[in-house]
Amino acid sequence: MSNLVILPILIPLLAGTILLFFPRQLHFQKWISVIALSLTTISSIVLVQTVFNNGIQTLELGGWKPPFGIVLVADMFSALLVLTGIVVSFTCILFAFKSIGEDREKHYFYAFAQFLITGVMGAFLTGDLFNLFVFFEVFLMASYALIVIGGTKIQLRETLKYVLINVISSALFVISVAYIYAVLGTLNMADLGARVAEYGQTPLLTVIAILFLVVFGLKGGIFPLYFWLPGAYKAPPYAVTALFGALLTKVGVYAIFRMFSVIFTHEPQITHQIIAVLAGITILIGAIGAVAYSDVKQIIIYNIVTAIGVIVFGVVIATEIGYAGAIYYLVHDMVIKGALFLLAGAMFTITGTNKIKEMGGLIKRHPLLGWMFFLAALALAGIPPLSGFVGKVLLTQAGLSEGHYWFVAVMLLSSLLVLYSVMKIFLNCFFREEVLTEKEEKGSIKGLVYPSVILIAISVFLGVGAEVVTPYIMQAAETLADPTAYIQAVLKE
Amino acid sequence: MKVNDLILQTVTTILSFLIITFSIYIFFAGHYTPGGGFIGGLMTSAALVLLLLAFDMKTVKTVFPINFMTVSAIGLLICVLTGVGAMFFNAPFLTHTFGYETFPILGETALATSTIFDIGVYLIVVGVAMTIIQTIGESE
Repeated sequence: MSNLVILPILIPLLAGTILLFFPRQLHFQKWISVIALSLTTISSIVLVQTVFNNGIQTLELGGWKPPFGIVLVADMFSALLVLTGIVVSFTCILFAFKSIGEDREKHYFYAFAQFLITGVMGAFLTGDLFNLFVFFEVFLMASYALIVIGGTKIQLRETLKYVLINVISSALFVISVAYIYAVLGTLNMADLGARVAEYGQTPLLTVIAILFLVVFGLKGGIFPLYFWLPGAYKAPPYAVTALFGALLTKVGVYAIFRMFSVIFTHEPQITHQIIAVLAGITILIGAIGAVAYSDVKQIIIYNIVTAIGVIVFGVVIATEIGYAGAIYYLVHDMVIKGALFLLAGAMFTITGTNKIKEMGGLIKRHPLLGWMFFLAALALAGIPPLSGFVGKVLLTQAGLSEGHYWFVAVMLLSSLLVLYSVMKIFLNCFFREEVLTEKEEKGSIKGLVYPSVILIAISVFLGVGAEVVTPYIMQAAETLADPTAYIQAVLKE
Repeated sequence: MKVNDLILQTVTTILSFLIITFSIYIFFAGHYTPGGGFIGGLMTSAALVLLLLAFDMKTVKTVFPINFMTVSAIGLLICVLTGVGAMFFNAPFLTHTFGYETFPILGETALATSTIFDIGVYLIVVGVAMTIIQTIGESE
């Protein structure tokens, strides 16, 4: 029993509630947001350290024993994602302070952001399938509001599509939960895992597993279910896109990891084979999209798709090293996608456009922005001293030792294309002759760069300080590779 | 032409009291019989909607000078705080307790902290339903 596990959910929820009372007091809104996010960050650091020292932490809500009550579980995988998620959202909110505009702020922007964080943290920490659905809805509702707030034409159009897709996938989610409840009679994930292990994974359960793959594939943006993502993420302002790009798709990925490492592990030749093919195509599609566009926002959005493919393949490899690589890459990707979107947001503030062709020579007056973007680009592609390297090395190593040669080939090829796509932005926007004179710049980026400096510093630390980070990652990978530890921690048999 | 809605308005003044009373009854009955915070709140907002239909927006606003957004925020706060309250007694979040008290008129009554949680739900439902209806009603 430890109420520590609920704090990352509870603090943003309380803060969001308090923010509802005073929509007009903008200073108050900002202060409460900062205080709540700092408290959440501290509590998730404590959570990571507690899990590291004392093993998996569980909290039986209301004192009801699992599988009868709702249980919150923090193993190292959840705890790391909670910490990364909260740090990235913190920087996105700091970015929003300067960039989002008074009109949006007065329409409950910060409250919705807090509710979004509540939902994401809840989805990472819950140990109950229906509760996972509820937390998905919590952050989806908040994301609907965040994507439409401001009410420009493109936002309204894309929100319609986004809501439609997510309503359909949520309905599928409920149907899948109903099926699995009808077959196994329980909704607690650990109990589900134990029962599937006991009775065997029947063909019916395999079908349900694939249904879940469709659901979380829709949420996470896997080929062929990624089609809504480029449009929907292009619509809102950069602070919101950064929040979405760093958090929302990753929750779908997290759910795939949970489902296919704890519950549906017994027919890998069917389920994991399908995931393997889809992940491979996802990587290619993302890389092709990133190379094809000449729009800064669109390029980074397609890089999200590529990264999803790379991470999801960790489930297919299913060895400790493979999981470790995927988790490392997941943590790195949340940080670096946040950083890239925030930097692109600063570039948009200066130039007022997303088109590469209409920018040029930014490095002369904004050297910090330029070199930060350069570092982020290298980290994204996986150049050695930076964070993307370690994850990809581990994935390559595990992929080769398990005989997934074509996956390794696709991943390494995609790294080149990803590097090409972001370097295209760097070379064209920051070098070449200047397009805008000082007077023609659309806005000042005072205070807009330092949130991404924080993220890039973390990314450098993840790469250079791999020795410090690896024990945590390996502990997370251990519990994923051997779900019995998770099941025993929850059910206490 | 001015529409005479005397009958509607007279009936509404009586009926809305009945509906609100019934919604409060249903709210408190929720622990042992069908009912509870959600349906109770929905029925209360139904009474308010009836008032909106019979009179106009301004009249209802002078009768209930409440910002319904705040109502749902208060409800949410109550819900969260009942959960937090348990943490002060070193119990897991959302642990509920109950006890029996004897009151002068009511006699021995079971009191449960889950009722406080339900009051929160009730306020959220009333607040959200009324915010939706008023916002749509006011927008041109």
